[in-house]
Parts: sequence; C-alpha cells; structure tokens
Amino acid sequence: MEKKAAKIRKKDLTFLQKIYIPEIMKGLALTFRNMIRPKFTFEYPEEKFIPSGSYRGRPVLVEEKNGEERCVACGLCSRVCPALAIDVQAAETEREKERYPEKFEIDMLRCIFCGFCEEVCPEEAIVMSKDYELAFSSREEAIYGKDKLLVPVDQLQDRIDFLRQYK
Amino acid sequence: MPTIIIDEQEVEFQPGETIIQAARHHGIEIPHFCWHPELSVPGNCRICLVEVDKMPKLVIACSTIASEGMVVHTKSEKTIDAQNAVMEFILINHPLDCPICDEAGECKLQDYAYNYSVGESRFIEEKNRKQKHVELGPRVMFDGERCISCSRCIRFCDEIAKKPELTFVQRGDRVTITTYPGQPMVNPYSMNTIDICPVGALTNIDFRFKARVWDMSSTKSICTGCSRGCNIDIWVRNNEILRLTPRYNEQVNSYWMCDDGRLNTFKYVNADDRVDSPQIRGEGQLRKVEWEEAFDETVSRIKSFSKDEIAFVGSAHATCEDNYIFAKFARSVIGCGNIDFVQHIDPEFGDDILRVNDVAPNAMGAKLTGVSPSKSGLDIDGIKKAIREGKVKALYILEDDIITEDPQFENIITKLDLLVVHSTNHNKTTALADIIFPASAYAEKNGTFVNINKIVQRIRPAITTVDTDRALDGMEMSRLDKFGTEFDRWATGVKVDAKASWKILVSLSGLFDHKMKFNMAEEVFADMAKNIDAFKGLNYDDVGDSGVKLNYQFIEQKVKA
Repeated sequence: MEKKAAKIRKKDLTFLQKIYIPEIMKGLALTFRNMIRPKFTFEYPEEKFIPSGSYRGRPVLVEEKNGEERCVACGLCSRVCPALAIDVQAAETEREKERYPEKFEIDMLRCIFCGFCEEVCPEEAIVMSKDYELAFSSREEAIYGKDKLLVPVDQLQDRIDFLRQYK
Repeated sequence: MPTIIIDEQEVEFQPGETIIQAARHHGIEIPHFCWHPELSVPGNCRICLVEVDKMPKLVIACSTIASEGMVVHTKSEKTIDAQNAVMEFILINHPLDCPICDEAGECKLQDYAYNYSVGESRFIEEKNRKQKHVELGPRVMFDGERCISCSRCIRFCDEIAKKPELTFVQRGDRVTITTYPGQPMVNPYSMNTIDICPVGALTNIDFRFKARVWDMSSTKSICTGCSRGCNIDIWVRNNEILRLTPRYNEQVNSYWMCDDGRLNTFKYVNADDRVDSPQIRGEGQLRKVEWEEAFDETVSRIKSFSKDEIAFVGSAHATCEDNYIFAKFARSVIGCGNIDFVQHIDPEFGDDILRVNDVAPNAMGAKLTGVSPSKSGLDIDGIKKAIREGKVKALYILEDDIITEDPQFENIITKLDLLVVHSTNHNKTTALADIIFPASAYAEKNGTFVNINKIVQRIRPAITTVDTDRALDGMEMSRLDKFGTEFDRWATGVKVDAKASWKILVSLSGLFDHKMKFNMAEEVFADMAKNIDAFKGLNYDDVGDSGVKLNYQFIEQKVKA
C-alpha cells in the first residue's frame, strides 16, 4: 500500500493563547479545585483500608461459635485449587459430621486468591477474608496451618452475606 | 454364532448369555448396580432396564437371556427415561454424604448420577435416617443411609466367601443390612465387599479417611501375602502406600483378594524399621556407611574365605531377577554351589478359595532361577549342619528373615565369622548381621514373581527410593506428584536409601572383576529368558499386566530334580 505522509496540523495560536495567562489561570483553577476535594489516598499503614464483602483477601476457615471448624475435610478445595496451595488431611471425629481436618494447610506462596476453594466448598467452610497483609521471611512461615486459618464466623459475616447473595 | 442387535450394532453371543453380558463383551456399557459378573443375578436395582423391540415393557438386561434376532435399544428415549426414573428413585433416600464419604471419586452412584440422571429430584420430604458408622466386622464399616440395597455384599459372602454372614432385615425403605446377632463379619475375604459395594455403604476401616482417591496414584502389582500372587493395585500418596485393592485377573484371582494380603503386606514398606543405607557392624554396633565402603568391606571379607566356606541363602520373598543374579553371583563369581532358600509354609493359611499354604510369593521363581544346590553343594539342611560343624564360616542371605522362619538358625548363626544380609527391614536376622545392605521392597522395584500355578507376573515400582525417580523411571504419578516441587510438603515423603538386590549384587560382582552388564530389571529378565528354559523367549511386554503361564512340563522336571 502506498504510504501516506502523516498529516501535520498547522494552526497558529490565537493572541490569547499566545500570552498564556488565561491558560495558566484555567490550569491553576483545576489545581485549586482538587486541593480542596476529599482525598482518595490513605495514610497506610497508620490508617487501614477496610474492603467490602466482595473483596478476596486470604482464604480462611470458618470457626463456628462453639469453637469448632465447619470443614469436613472433603478435599474439594484442595482438588480445585489451580495452584495446588491447599493440603488437607482428614481424620475421624466423634461429632455427627464424622470427619474433620486433622491438618489443613494453605501455602500462601502458592495461593493466587482466585476464590475457587470458596466457590467449591459444600459446607461454606472456607471463605475469602478481608485480610491482605501477608509478609513472610521464609517458605515455612508462608504455610498457614489451622492456627492461622481459623477465624470466628462473626468476623466473616460480610463475606458470607455477599456469597449468599451472589454465589 | 447367534447374534442380537444392540443400538444398531450386530453383536454375537454365546447361547445362554444375558443381554448385559453380550453387550459387555463388545464394549457396550449398560449401567448396573446389583449385577456383578462373578455373582448371581438378583435383578433388584433396575438401572439396567433396556428397550427390546416387540416386548411390551422394558426389560432388565442383567437377567434377560439374549435370543437370536433380538433388537435392543440402550439409548432410546424410553430407556433414558427409565434410567433417570430409577436414579431419582434410588437417590430419594441417599444422603448427600459425598464430602465425607471415602467412596467419592470411585462411586458408581456418583458416576451414574452424571451419566444417567438429569439430576433433579421431586422428593421434598425428609430423607430416611438409619444407622451410620456400624462396624460390621473388624475390617468393614457400614453406613445404613448410603446403602442402596443392591445385595452384592450379601451374595459375595454367600457365593464367593462361602460364609453367609450378612442379610437384609426390615422391609421397604427401612431395609438395611446386618450380621447375625453377636456374630461380626470376620470371613477372610470380607473386605472384597468394600470393592464391590457400588456406593460408600461399606468402607475400609484401615483406610478410613486417609486420602481421597483422586490424590493417589495406582500401580499394577502383585500381592506378596502368599504364592497365589493375586493381582493388585498399590495406591500411593506422598510416597506412602495407603491401601491395596485387588485387580481383575481371570486366571489368578478373578476380582478378589484376601483380607490378610490386603492389610498385612504393605505396612512394612512405610515402617520406621526400614533399613536405610548400608550398615557395617564394628565393635558390636551397627553403623551407617556409604555404599562404596560397604561394597569394599564385603568384597575384602568374602575374599578371606575359601569358596567351600561360604553358603548362600536365596529368598522366596525376592523377585526372580534378584534370585537369578544371586545364583549367578554365587556360582559364577564366587564359584560356590552351597545355595538354597527357605520355604515359608504356614499349614493354617490356605483354603480352597484363593489362599495357599506357601506364604511367600516367589518360591517357584527362586527354584526356577537356580537357587538350588549344585551337585556337590549343600542344601538348606546341609548348610545348617555345616555351620554347626564350623565348615561354613560365611553366610550370604538375600531378603529373608530366616531366624524368624526357622528359630534353629538363631544359635547356629552366632558361630559364623561373617553374615551378610540384604534386608528391607530390621529383624532378628539383621540383628546378628555383620554387613546389611538395604534392599528395595516389592513396591519399589521392577521384577517378576512366579506363582504356585507357574504363572509369571510383574511387579512395578510404586514408591520411590533415593535410587529412583518417579518421573524418570516412568512410575505412575498422581496429580500431586506431577506438580509438586521439593518445597511442597505433600511431595516430601520419606525416601529410603535402598536398592534392588540384583543391583547391589551387580555392583559387588564388578568389584570381584566379574562385570555384569545389567542396568534395568528388564535386562536381567532378558538374560533369564536366554538362559533358563522355562522363561525361554519371554520378555516384560509378554508378561504384561496379567502374566504368562510358564512351560508346565519342563518345570515339573526341574523342580523334581
């Protein structure tokens, strides 16, 4: 194809534009308007960002009011996890649900926060929390066991309500 | 042969066969819960309903005898409707236990719910509650709610195990399965009911909740519990054997295996008392050493004896390959004819179903591969006597705990100057050994066993040792094995520093200036096929998954001789 020369727009500036002052006033007006608008930014970490229920922070296990986990260790979260972050070992319990997770570990270095585990869970036992502050200094530290994963159901009500509405 | 037409496909059948059998022989799947190829036909689940031209109603494929010219539709609208209706009916009282049920993943009801049901139920009432968590016997757990009353377990006990221990009680939707009062299900084949249970009503107490089936790899192998050599699958997760299940082989074990084989033949592989790395006794204490040091020590100490002062004890627990190289090592490398092995006979063990009294898997193989005394050599009693008299001063034992088997050895062995043992686990024999080589267990190596009916069958590695690699050695891999890295805690299972006995012996032979050029078990087998008439012309591919019968007449002569 024949190459067309780029069209150069030649337009002389008007007198007002040439003296700059109205343009500078316009620009400064914008600047001052924004100076007095409310801020979007936070003074993190002094001030925390609290996300809404739709936020997918680190996955946690729901702890019932009686201190027991809801999880029955079916292993579906572990199966569906595309990053293979979840490791579950079931064991027998006297309770009616028959089995519980003897070991439940999420490798937070592998987790990609996709929320599949939460979606597949038949017991609403694993949900995405609002916790986004994750820092480790070794691989071992990044493996979260039941001690770190169990979170009381009260603290997760936002997410559970969100799931019931939209899942 | 007469033919019927199934789904517009012309299918030949033997007179007397049912529709489901004729279809099955030609790879056409007709769903079934209660029907099992080895059991009688009760026709009570109704999922195998098919439409047959000129018949007024749908018929059950499992008990309708095929007859010439029959036209069967397994995918017609009527059939599909019926299958869906039966599924809906069966699922009325089936609990949604899949998340806590061990059967999930290998459950016929789950599979059929996907394949033959639209997945909707009109049943809005409360489901029946029945007894859950009932121990029918010491090895089998029963869940009444999950049971779909197919009666396979009852028929198995009646017909195959020949111990009528189970029965239906109650009627209608309250029907459930129970043993007779005060008499638990204890027959030695009870755990087969777990395999044939199409749902999770019967589960394995030993394996209960240990792993989900989709997280394990399964490897075709052979049971080492007795010389029947039942075909099995070894189920492994994180380099640990979690369960064994029988594998179909028409000429050996059909669909079954005994509970003893299923429970008691794999735990030693994962046990803490595995011999890990070679060990040498110095000042009364065993200490772990490098392989090279153990080889050098063995060679220099064996060389200090004349060849008549050494005796070799092979093993009915080791593979044909191990025994073959062992015999070769004794005869060609050392030049010694004092070689035999110990028979493991338990007169209590056998029955007329599968179990046989010879409780080692490979006595026949040991005999065939040359683990028997030369003309002037000593047999096992001769060896015992010669040690007592001080004529034999060094003993080399292959993978056998001869002291536990024959307590007479305990006093005799202390008279020896040198005891070299290949062993998987620490035991009474290794407690007296001067040099111990860690041998791979049957689940860690390739090899063959010859069973009591002279069928040679293959074992394959299912778990890795330091010496082997799951991917590079072509072993079965689960999803976790495929994607695990060394940093994943589900890929860090224990690896024992052990080698197959034949490999250890090949290395030793090299140090005796007698090179054997074998790198794989398959090459050893090829050499056997060249030199031993019974194995003539065979290779691993011929042996395959279901084994090959050896030349019968020839073996008879050899065993007698």
